Amino acid sequence: MNALAIKKGSSGKSAYNLRNPLGDHQETHTLTVLVDNEAGVLARVIGLFSGRGYNIDSLTVAEVDHLGHRSRITVVTTGTPAVIEQIKAQLERMVPVYAVNDLTVEGQSVERELALVKVTGAGEKRVEAMRTSEVFRARVVDSTLESFVFEITGTPEKIDAFVDLMRPLGLEEIARTGVAAIARGA
Amino acid sequence: MSRQMTGAQMVVQALKDQGVDTVFGYPGGAVLPIYDAIFQQNDIRHILVRHEQGATHAAEGYARATGKPGVVLVTSGPGATNAVTGLTDALMDSIPLVVLTGQVPTFMIGNDAFQEADTVGITRPCTKHNWLVKDTDKLSETIHQAFHVATSGRPGPVLIDVPKDVQFATGDYVTPEKSSTGHYAPRTKGDIDLITLTVEALEKAERPVLYSGGGVVNSGLGASQALREVVAATNFPITSTLMGLGCYPASGDNWLGMLGMHGTYEANLAMHDCDFMLCIGARFDDRITGRVDAFSPNSFKVHIDIDPSSINKNIHVDVPIIGDVGSVLDDILEVWTARGRKTNSEAVAAWWKQIETWRAVKSLAYKNSDSVIKPQYALERLEALTKGHDRYVTTEVGQHQMWAAQFMGFEDPHRWMTSGGLGTMGYGLPASLGVQIAHPEALVINVAGEASWLMNMQEMGTAMQYRAPIKQFILNNERLGMVRQWQELLHGERYSSSWSESLPDFVKLAEAFGCKGIRCDNPADLDEAILEMLAYDGPVIFDCLVEKHENCFPMIPSGKAHNEMLLGEASTQDAIDVSGAVLV
Ligand SMILES: Cc1ncc(C[n+]2csc(CCOP(=O)(O)OP(=O)(O)O)c2C)c(N)n1
Ligand SMILES: [Mg+2]
Repeated sequence: MNALAIKKGSSGKSAYNLRNPLGDHQETHTLTVLVDNEAGVLARVIGLFSGRGYNIDSLTVAEVDHLGHRSRITVVTTGTPAVIEQIKAQLERMVPVYAVNDLTVEGQSVERELALVKVTGAGEKRVEAMRTSEVFRARVVDSTLESFVFEITGTPEKIDAFVDLMRPLGLEEIARTGVAAIARGA
Repeated sequence: MSRQMTGAQMVVQALKDQGVDTVFGYPGGAVLPIYDAIFQQNDIRHILVRHEQGATHAAEGYARATGKPGVVLVTSGPGATNAVTGLTDALMDSIPLVVLTGQVPTFMIGNDAFQEADTVGITRPCTKHNWLVKDTDKLSETIHQAFHVATSGRPGPVLIDVPKDVQFATGDYVTPEKSSTGHYAPRTKGDIDLITLTVEALEKAERPVLYSGGGVVNSGLGASQALREVVAATNFPITSTLMGLGCYPASGDNWLGMLGMHGTYEANLAMHDCDFMLCIGARFDDRITGRVDAFSPNSFKVHIDIDPSSINKNIHVDVPIIGDVGSVLDDILEVWTARGRKTNSEAVAAWWKQIETWRAVKSLAYKNSDSVIKPQYALERLEALTKGHDRYVTTEVGQHQMWAAQFMGFEDPHRWMTSGGLGTMGYGLPASLGVQIAHPEALVINVAGEASWLMNMQEMGTAMQYRAPIKQFILNNERLGMVRQWQELLHGERYSSSWSESLPDFVKLAEAFGCKGIRCDNPADLDEAILEMLAYDGPVIFDCLVEKHENCFPMIPSGKAHNEMLLGEASTQDAIDVSGAVLV
């Protein structure tokens, strides 16, 4: 019976389009969730993750359609393929959710994060911090005689790299927005 | 045309427009305006329970018995928190409930006002959806939307929190027809390619099994009808979960009995050895699968479920069909009929021969006694003496629940109400009350354990007040029997706190409530005592003193596979190892 030929992907909605859910390796996925911008909707999504033991690596939310009262939540999560599929199914069945997209599997996407990085110091370190920021195309948005606040945008990896370089140069404080992501193309 | 009315009047009007005839509730400060509106009308009947948990379970019983959503009205704070167990129970068992809670006035929210609780926060994980309504103009539409959400897709409980000032204020009433139901619209029609694939597999199957569940009940009578047609036309064996009993009649030739932890030998072995499994509105719960990696290792699995998140959650299936089981079964029949209704009947006949050898094991057999009432015997007699009646059975949670599932036969859906997913002791008595309110002329029996029954026994007062002649059939083993059984099998017979000490005299208790009490401890007197219970026109508390240390078999211990089932006392020696003991 198991030899029965299965037409994979026989329909767009078919779960045959799922990747092998039996793998037990961890994967990181970026999901975007379009929701009604109603009271408690973020708590609902976060509660789903904490209640069912899923990971949240990063989460951002903001209204994207004022007239339609819709917000977009971008969540980066890590889990086995089966858990990722569960997360999507659990999100999709929530009443205020319009759509869930998995940017990691649905073709190419662009991911950006913004960070504000405060660095203090004087002398050679201060000069070095300034030089590094230019390489990373970070902007100085505030400066005093003993400090800079840099604004940097890019992929989370780029921001990680910048922050690592700033550490020995007097890194004081970091504020990160979390990831915003969008599919490429039309 | 919109009509102006107060929020409290809107609640009543919206319930009427939704076809509600009964509300189970308990008043308090934050819902007084709604109670005032209820007082001034006659279309909706309010049943005053004795505890808000009772209201939720009664509403669940009502919903399960009618197919309509159950409606609950409670006050803020403690009223709402007392409803949490019932909400969780309904969520786990997919029972449609609409629960209205009062809330402190909007301008006091967040001030730790008297009887304030963050009701939407507390109930967010135990409802399908919930709303805090801060504007009277939005109230009626929210209520209509709540009914839509509770009853469409996979049914479940919803909650609407209504601050007191919103109840007093005046606003525009919107009728259900004029209300937007929002964008919530779960898919009900199954994918036709996947249905065709299912039919292809069904035609070739050599060792098929149909595994049905509570989704068939929820889908409506048409689904049970279609299921029966599939069974009759294919001659495939059929089993069911605890939640799905009655969708296929227990008297039917193809019935294998219930499956799972306390299911029959033939049902579980058929699941284990089959080559084609059609799961219809069930969810591969851990009570069903046993050890997941040993679950039905050689079968081609098709899963029909309206909730996509149930698919591939515990068991990976070959064909996932998202849709309403009634609609999908109809489509399967249509496609199969168009292809000439073929099955591999020779192979299926050989499969039945194999199943007969498993049936011959008689896994539900027990050792009867002349001196003491065996719980299984009590239920066999209850079954025999009530079979022909227009009968509904509810249960509490424990050994008695499993024995009721094993020894009572259900011929139709909506006749059996039990707490499956949550396993809530205290469910059965209020649920039986809700069923009786829905069907005043029917025979409604709650098969109870003495310990569970005490958890919501206050609802006997409600039964007396509303003349609901519910029969409380208590299998009194003076033990938290199921806990004791696990302690016997898993914890070296150390019976830690599993004895029901200082029990009340149930007959006197019945008298105190003003109803009838019957006690029976002799097998020879049992039939007469049951007949006396049936003949009494009013609520009865039947104290049936049974064997204290009877174990419920068959049993698949946690962490074991279907073919590692324990059949009786002799097979229990060292049957459960340490890895099983950590599971529940
Ligand atoms: C509210 C609640 N608390 C605890 C449990 C755990 N539990 C499951 S069965 C059981 C014993 C039930 O005893 P009884 O009602 O007398 O039924 P019996 O097993 O003896 O038939 C307990 C404590 C539960 N299911 N629900
Ligand atoms: Mg007991």
